[in-house]
Amino acid sequence: MTATQAPLPAEASPARQEKAQNGGMKQFISFKIGEEGYAIDIMAVREIKGWTETTPLPNQPEYILGVMNLRGIIVPVYDLRCRFGMGLTEASRSHAIIIVSAQDRMAGLLVDAVSDILTIDSGKICPVPEAECGASADYLSGIVPVGETMVVILALDKLLVRGHGTPSSQMSEVQQAA
Amino acid sequence: MAKRILTVDDSKTMRDMVSFTLKGAGFEVVEAEDGVKALALLAKTSVDAIITDVNMPNMDGVTLVKQLRAQAKFKSIPILMLTTEGGEDKKQAGRAAGATGWIVKPFAPDKLLQVVNKVCP
Amino acid sequence: MSAIAPTLADTERFQATFFEECTELLQDLEERLPSLQAGNIDSEGLNAVFRVVHSIKAGAAAFNFTELVKFAHVFEALLDKLRSDRIQRSAQVFSVIVRGADLLAELVEAARSSRAVPPGLGAGVISELNELLGAPEDAAPAPAAAKAVQEELRHARAYRIVFEPHRELFRHANEPLLLIRELKHLGELETECDTSKLPDLAHLDAEAAYLSFVFHLTTKAPESAIAEVFEFVDQECVLKIEELGAEGDPSGSPATAEAARDAAQSDTAAAAVPSAKGSTSIRVDLARVDRLVNMVGELVITQAMLAQQLSESGGGQRHQWTKGSEELAAQTRQLQECVMAIRMQPVRSVFARMPRLVRDIAGRLGKKIRLVTSGDQTEVDKTVIEELADPITHMIRNAIDHGIEDADTRLAAGKHAEATIELAASQRASNILITIADDGAGIDRAKVLKSAIAKGIVREDQKLGDDEIYALIFAPGFSTAEKVTEISGRGVGMDVVRRNISNIGGRINIHTTPGKGTRFTLVIPLTLAVLDGMLVAAGEEKYILPLSSIVESIRPSRAQVRTISGGMQVAAIRGEYIRLISLHRILNIPGKVPDPWKALVVVIETENGSKAGLVVDELIGQQQVVVKSLLENFDAVRGISGATILGDGRVALILDLEGICALPEHWRADGGADELEPVANAPDGGIESASMPMSVPKRAHAPGAPEIHASA
Repeated sequence: MTATQAPLPAEASPARQEKAQNGGMKQFISFKIGEEGYAIDIMAVREIKGWTETTPLPNQPEYILGVMNLRGIIVPVYDLRCRFGMGLTEASRSHAIIIVSAQDRMAGLLVDAVSDILTIDSGKICPVPEAECGASADYLSGIVPVGETMVVILALDKLLVRGHGTPSSQMSEVQQAA
Repeated sequence: MAKRILTVDDSKTMRDMVSFTLKGAGFEVVEAEDGVKALALLAKTSVDAIITDVNMPNMDGVTLVKQLRAQAKFKSIPILMLTTEGGEDKKQAGRAAGATGWIVKPFAPDKLLQVVNKVCP
Repeated sequence: MSAIAPTLADTERFQATFFEECTELLQDLEERLPSLQAGNIDSEGLNAVFRVVHSIKAGAAAFNFTELVKFAHVFEALLDKLRSDRIQRSAQVFSVIVRGADLLAELVEAARSSRAVPPGLGAGVISELNELLGAPEDAAPAPAAAKAVQEELRHARAYRIVFEPHRELFRHANEPLLLIRELKHLGELETECDTSKLPDLAHLDAEAAYLSFVFHLTTKAPESAIAEVFEFVDQECVLKIEELGAEGDPSGSPATAEAARDAAQSDTAAAAVPSAKGSTSIRVDLARVDRLVNMVGELVITQAMLAQQLSESGGGQRHQWTKGSEELAAQTRQLQECVMAIRMQPVRSVFARMPRLVRDIAGRLGKKIRLVTSGDQTEVDKTVIEELADPITHMIRNAIDHGIEDADTRLAAGKHAEATIELAASQRASNILITIADDGAGIDRAKVLKSAIAKGIVREDQKLGDDEIYALIFAPGFSTAEKVTEISGRGVGMDVVRRNISNIGGRINIHTTPGKGTRFTLVIPLTLAVLDGMLVAAGEEKYILPLSSIVESIRPSRAQVRTISGGMQVAAIRGEYIRLISLHRILNIPGKVPDPWKALVVVIETENGSKAGLVVDELIGQQQVVVKSLLENFDAVRGISGATILGDGRVALILDLEGICALPEHWRADGGADELEPVANAPDGGIESASMPMSVPKRAHAPGAPEIHASA
């Protein structure tokens, strides 16, 4: 990391990241689902796309909308509203898909709208209260106040856990749904 | 006129390499796969020198040399044997049979030409 | 003389010839090994084996394949001693030779594929060879002229050379005149000829040598260079080379000195010239090639998209655009083929391992087996090759263990005691065909059925066709071996084989004749990166079916379709009852499930030979697609083998037909299921195929419908 290094996009710059961490500050992308605000670590975000139609995958949990073509890469798309138990999103052009990368895998997150880039002091992130943190909600990593509202920070690695499509879990999901 | 050389070897690789090198130096080359085929070829074609492998099926190189030297018309044709490193007994057997000289395999093209030029300038 | 040094392309051509020859030689060697192993090889056989090793060594040395040369040298030494009876012919010796032959083949393969030889490879065989040879032979013999290299640059020296040929000199067609010319090349030469021994004409033998010579040579060349001139005659003459003391010539041009030294060195340099440095191939990290393949895949898709958009657009310039687009399509396809060709490799690397396997297993089981391979130069994608070794190994093991009878049984059956296994590869369109055929006992239909019933794979009252019974050997946990052997284990083999082959988009056919033998045919796509597919539509969705699995597509009449117990539908097609699978139901596609007689039925055959009819809305057309894995960013999805991107940029899933057949259907009230016909309408009153295990024969045969079986 030398001073002569060509400038990188701010969010991708390792130097920037280091600085943020050193200062206890981290950047997040915040988005909305309904009236609720959520945020994910900006380092995991690859790009943000308008909504595109997906190809459904058979016999998957309902929140897996299907797969999309991201410049030749097959990427699964999760409907986060559905994932959070609030029913399927009626997707339209106004919706956004946040392409994220976690654990060497890419995924698209369907959200209602992307709101902002937040710089948050790590020290201000509060744990999710036990009562709200059921076994199924371990993908919520914290809550932070932003202005008047609260933003829930998501743990992508938990959200995109492997094994959604393995025959056993897939079948049990189907059976539960049936 | 270009001198004509017969190369006798059961290995196509060796025949190819010998033949390529000699042709590059302006020789004409004919090929045979073993001693028997060499004799058959020599019955109808005259050559200026012969390069033969020792180990070959049907008729080996030593026998070929013996057979050739037994015929008057082949008495003065230089015959080089292709021997391998450490094949001292082969060398001796070839010599006893009447071979003119030998070339130790593997050989560089230059070495082959040097030896060929030595017996067939 | 460098002008005649082979060019790079020549060297490559020589190497290609060499490896071709090696293949033939090794095959010849292979054929002689059984008699070697049995210890009944004759001298002629031994000579032949010796020649093989000798020829390989000579060629290998020319190309500087050091490891190969080193080993061939030791191996050759042993064979030479053996054929001249300087080593006792013993079982131990023959066993070493057999293993040595395997090692030789491996080293040839390593040289061919420019692979580094793993350290310690064959160390056991080599040390045994050395032990048999007594004193450990120098594996890399020092060239005779090595000492010459040590000679320093030097000033010119004067020599007196006495050369008195024996009478027989000419017997070897040596010519003193040529020697004199050669000496002259070395430096300044004065020649004295002694004619004193020349008889008078009457006594002259025209073929004898009478003249003697004394030369005075001043040269910068070392003494060894002088000796070399007389190399071929030193036993047919008296030769004395004496140095007369240095003749100071400090101004001696280093260039000539160097030239002289070079001449002396030429012997040692011999091995180095037409060396591997001449190869025009380069080694490329496979990841780079994969990236290239992927990028060309993208290009193919983009091109398809453009073509589609163009065909949908109007406008006056369309004609010109179309021409350009067609050209682009052709060029893109060509580019793709070229890129794919980079990853293509001959199946030889897999086939080459088999002789050893056969020998090992046959030896352990005391069976005599000849392996005949052909077509090992057939090329497939490297990614496919890697997946081939295990299944082939397994199938050959099985053939030896289960297929081939012991010698007594074979003789009693009027067969040759020595069994034959054929391993062949060939290319058929965009597939590679691999056959593994044995002339063993064939598959025992009754035994397979009995075993399958005993294991609960099929029920006792189930009626199965021959093909279905043979397909049972691919059922998980199935084994017909009466006793579990260490060779093919506990029967975990064939189901894994089928799975492996299916994973690379291939299938297996079995053909067996009791008493005559069994033939397995693997049909495998040449590459995993592209697939010949059929695009079908079901509801709003489009899917790709592998073209190789499609038998036909039909629109059945209403009368051809019957709904049987459990809601399963079957269609009677040419005397066969074929289970119908609605893609809508099985893949849970939204919308109305069409009735088969209003839709299309695509009859498919899975690799175990069972058929099914997929009910789809429409056949869109044949299409070669670039295969993308779902696994990269997601998990395995049952019934789906991958995905591709269509011309419109959308993703279409590629169906795994085997998986599709095993999926449960989602019964919904909106489809044909609510129009179930009474069960009694089915032939013979009641078919219970629905309770048949879906893992093995999936064909819904109608028991007790003899007219159907007869025509099947």
